[in-house]
Amino acid sequence: MATPAKAPGRPSKANGKGAWVGRRLKRKEDPRLIRGISHYTDDFKLAGMVYCAFARSPHAHADIKSINTDAAKGTPGVIGVFTAQDTTSIGPVPCAIQMPGLKVPRHPVLAEGRVRYVGEPVAVVVAEDLYVARDAAEKVEVEYEPLPVVTDMEKALSNDTAYVHDEFKSNQAFTHTLKNGNLEAAFKKADKVVKQRMINQRLCPLAMEPRAVIAEYLPGENRLTVWSSTQIPHLLKTQISLLVGLPETSVRVIAPEVGGGFGSKLNVYSEEGVVPWLSMKVGRPVKWNEGRRENFMATIHGRDTINDVELALKKDGTILGMRSRVLADMGAYHQLLTPLIPQLTALMHAGCYKIPAIQIDIIGVFTNKMSTDAYRGAGRPEATYNVERIMDIAARELEMDPAQFRLKNFPKSKEFPYTTITGLTYDSAKYQESLAKALKLSGYDSLRKRQKSARKNGKYYGIGVSTYVEICAIGPSAATPAGGWESATVRIEPTGKVTLLTGASPHGQGEETTFAQLIADELGLVPDDINVVHGDTAVVPYGLGTYGSRATAVGGSAAYMATQKLKAKMATLAAHLLESKPSDIVFGRRSLSTKSGKKKSLSFGDVVTAAYTAHKIPAGFEPGLEATHFFEPSNFTFPFGAHIASVEVDAETGEVKIDKYVAVDDCGNVINPMLVAGQIHGGLAQGIGQAMWEELIYNEDGQLVTGTLMDYTMPKAHFFPEFVLDHTVTPSPVNPMGVKGVGEAGTIASTPCMVNAVCDALSPLGIRHIDMPLKPERVWRAIRQAESAPPKAESEESPKKQSKKGTAGRRRP
Amino acid sequence: MIPANFDYESPRTLSEALDLLASREDAKVLAGGHSLLPAMKLRLAQPAMLVDIGRIGGLSYIKEFADGIAIGTTTTHAEVAASEALLRNSPLLALAAAQIGDIQVRNRGTIGGSLAQAHPAADYPAAVLALDAEIVAHSRSGERVIPAAQFFTGMFSTALRNDEILTEVRISRTTGEGVTYKKFHHPASGYAVVGVAVRLKFSGSNIDSAAVGITGVADLAYRASAVEIALRGKPVSAIADAAARAANGVDIIGDYFASAEYRQHLVTVMTRRALEEAAASRRK
Ligand SMILES: Cc1cc2nc3c(=O)[nH]c(=O)nc-3n(C[C@H](O)[C@H](O)[C@H](O)COP(=O)(O)OP(=O)(O)OC[C@H]3O[C@@H](n4cnc5c(N)ncnc54)[C@H](O)[C@@H]3O)c2cc1C
Repeated sequence: MATPAKAPGRPSKANGKGAWVGRRLKRKEDPRLIRGISHYTDDFKLAGMVYCAFARSPHAHADIKSINTDAAKGTPGVIGVFTAQDTTSIGPVPCAIQMPGLKVPRHPVLAEGRVRYVGEPVAVVVAEDLYVARDAAEKVEVEYEPLPVVTDMEKALSNDTAYVHDEFKSNQAFTHTLKNGNLEAAFKKADKVVKQRMINQRLCPLAMEPRAVIAEYLPGENRLTVWSSTQIPHLLKTQISLLVGLPETSVRVIAPEVGGGFGSKLNVYSEEGVVPWLSMKVGRPVKWNEGRRENFMATIHGRDTINDVELALKKDGTILGMRSRVLADMGAYHQLLTPLIPQLTALMHAGCYKIPAIQIDIIGVFTNKMSTDAYRGAGRPEATYNVERIMDIAARELEMDPAQFRLKNFPKSKEFPYTTITGLTYDSAKYQESLAKALKLSGYDSLRKRQKSARKNGKYYGIGVSTYVEICAIGPSAATPAGGWESATVRIEPTGKVTLLTGASPHGQGEETTFAQLIADELGLVPDDINVVHGDTAVVPYGLGTYGSRATAVGGSAAYMATQKLKAKMATLAAHLLESKPSDIVFGRRSLSTKSGKKKSLSFGDVVTAAYTAHKIPAGFEPGLEATHFFEPSNFTFPFGAHIASVEVDAETGEVKIDKYVAVDDCGNVINPMLVAGQIHGGLAQGIGQAMWEELIYNEDGQLVTGTLMDYTMPKAHFFPEFVLDHTVTPSPVNPMGVKGVGEAGTIASTPCMVNAVCDALSPLGIRHIDMPLKPERVWRAIRQAESAPPKAESEESPKKQSKKGTAGRRRP
Repeated sequence: MIPANFDYESPRTLSEALDLLASREDAKVLAGGHSLLPAMKLRLAQPAMLVDIGRIGGLSYIKEFADGIAIGTTTTHAEVAASEALLRNSPLLALAAAQIGDIQVRNRGTIGGSLAQAHPAADYPAAVLALDAEIVAHSRSGERVIPAAQFFTGMFSTALRNDEILTEVRISRTTGEGVTYKKFHHPASGYAVVGVAVRLKFSGSNIDSAAVGITGVADLAYRASAVEIALRGKPVSAIADAAARAANGVDIIGDYFASAEYRQHLVTVMTRRALEEAAASRRK
């Protein structure tokens, strides 16, 4: 456990209640964002800037026989057209994951002789304006010879398949097994085993701002500046230096306003190698802005797993063991973290339950599709879906209430820190309390009554319960590919204003506000006194960025710790000036004073001035007021909660109407309840979006057929009922502020919650599972099938129960 | 998402617009741009010239006349949806317009543009068919009145000639009838997976005649004549049986959201619900 440097005097406000911490403050960043006067990458125009556009593969798998760039080059205004032949000096697109047996195919920035997914960049055109660049990109003539396409993961692993990468003679990218406990014995002694196959479909992260890159290379200074819509400016800086072969000291990356990422900008893309290289090549600043169609095709996708999940149970509902097999679609190449995501799924497979024995087998599969990678939740939603769906199915088969079933299998709060069967140590939790709160808030008993009367009237009303635990605050460096710490520099300026340089890279989360609240409380100032600077590698010390719900827990802790260093320093100086001891100094509102004896005090500004003028400082005192802290977390944090949804299914059309949605989340101490609610709302929209509407469909030819916003259903506000939110507060012991992280929580619990609700509604028909998204036709088909055939349970059931189900199956209005 | 090169003209009079349109083989009328511009951005349409009719005075109106109501071609969906004259005298178009896309689409898209586009899942086509509307077109050689039943000729194709501009839609009053538009929305695009426009005339408690226009189900919107015939002279209790014929003789389209089989089922459900709602609306 990290102990905060004990600040002198005034006790820290890390318990979540201070003058500013805990307040519903409006975001400092909103006025400029809402009025559209802020700057995203595409808003910058540099003198002499030129534009580039990519020619992309229309084929999922094909050999490139020839490329003719003459017509493109001949277009007036075109400066250059480049293909893989020209870009051999650019390093491959990086994958940061190392694991035994992992196959890492070469991933060139432009396709070399073969294309492996629709949208793969084949050539790039640089032109005086964007229109010419796009027109000329259309004129790049590529002769393709189509190859057999691999889209289906199971077929990809069979003998009857083509290979995405011939050199591996297999489409298996890796296998990974996590096991613990005596699983065989667990299944042998089980009274009941439930099994379910579940598909976790492919999704598009759909940040509102697509990707964009501007690169400006100044040969005299040997300085490359890259503006990129990224979540990880520093890591990107390092990678760009490797991609284009410049020393890291010559590269500066700026992430200006970033319009959302959801994990899709936690990556290093081919364009981030090509655009800087182009600027070096043509000697002008070069801009690339991704179109929405490109964003669908060539920015990473999320999820895409096939899961076979089994649970061994005692009659009384006690879980004995769990077995899962997960096929995870990697796409054609590994992006930065592609193979890591399913491993998070394995780690989180115990959910919030006591499971004595477990085995999870994960198989990564190459297909002719865009790479998958981190998408809001990144591996945890997949785990939670498997866990919470199978728990629901188990409860139903045991004829137990799904909430009671869960309560029975939770660890008690006094058992924390709790070590799971998968080897994680959960920091702190009160699962019982959050579920009880959600049940109460939703009026669970009256919902069940409503369900009963709806059923009498031939209506299908269902209630879904889902609990979750997730892994956040990523993380202890030893457990991460590139380190998991975060940096902060706090500088109190001579005027008494404060600059925080954070290595986190907020892109919509609002840390300019929350970090200011945090520091304001520590120093006795107001949030407007604190300016939070991020996203510029020339200004901010190296940091790891924003992802994995880490910014507040790790980056905020760094800011907190750096502030403690400054407080100690100011206390030393104030004690010197007041002829007292540092331990006797307390921070008040814009003041430092002695707490014992005769009260003497100095204004905050006086102490700051004294630190800068350095006229009267103690011996050995370093002038100035700046402190840096690199915070290394001792563990992850494990936020948790309970969600309840109720739905009504129109059995004639298959439409699902969401009636009620209740979310009780626990993200530890809350710095700004309004921003936490905002994160939950957005997360719910995305999580429910997956359950109900969103799906990227590649057809058999590997064509992306839901690759526009007219086909891919991004949920809109009016699709949802008013969300009812509440919290429990269980501070995390692993960071000084007791925060846990909330960026992904909503996405994690809501997906199984919705599917549980719909399956609950349709349970009288004997329907136990429908794959996502629960689009009307799917639901309608499930109903129709249930009506025409008696349900075939996948579990081993006693004959008594089977017959009972058989009759239930015919109960229809 | 950038269109190919094109010229742009914004004439102030209809005759100027007609001259411009006739001057170039691949000139196209631009109205609200909510179908044409997306197609151009995807480079599915690459007209050499756009003739923007948005600045021609006198093309946006909703006027009552002796036999009915006339709607000017550049009248937006939002204006149609909010029109008192329509809601009072002949609400079907307004009910359909209110369900088009989202608010931005309704504020920009026009009735003329929607009809000329002839999108197989657009809402207006079902309504103009059920209303037996007259569609007025102008060319340099004068005015032509096209009955709605002859207007739609296929997916994205109409009886309009390249040199013609659709100028007006005329509909009759539906006072005393049971009227409704019922729609199953595609959740992404907002277009109709199935849209059913219904008019029911009653004599006493029996249905005297029914007009049922259906969109979203086939290459082009159609009149469900089998349903209409089955309802003629029948009581309201005949609705369910009649609705089951909503897709009789129709080649049903399917896509990734709704297969042909599902659409076939859905159109019967939506038709039944629309007929029931129309019957109820008249009784009120
Ligand atoms: C997100 C989105 C959702 C939508 N949802 C729906 C929906 O739910 N239901 C629905 O019905 N529609 C929907 N639409 C389409 C929308 O209603 C369009 O506005 C309409 O189809 C076209 O009208 P417009 O005025 O924008 O025409 P434009 O796009 O300007 O033109 C469309 C075509 O008609 C031609 N044209 C236009 N005006 C004339 C004229 N007066 N004479 C001759 N030719 C002409 C043009 O040359 C072009 O070929 C949607 C559109 C979008 C972008």
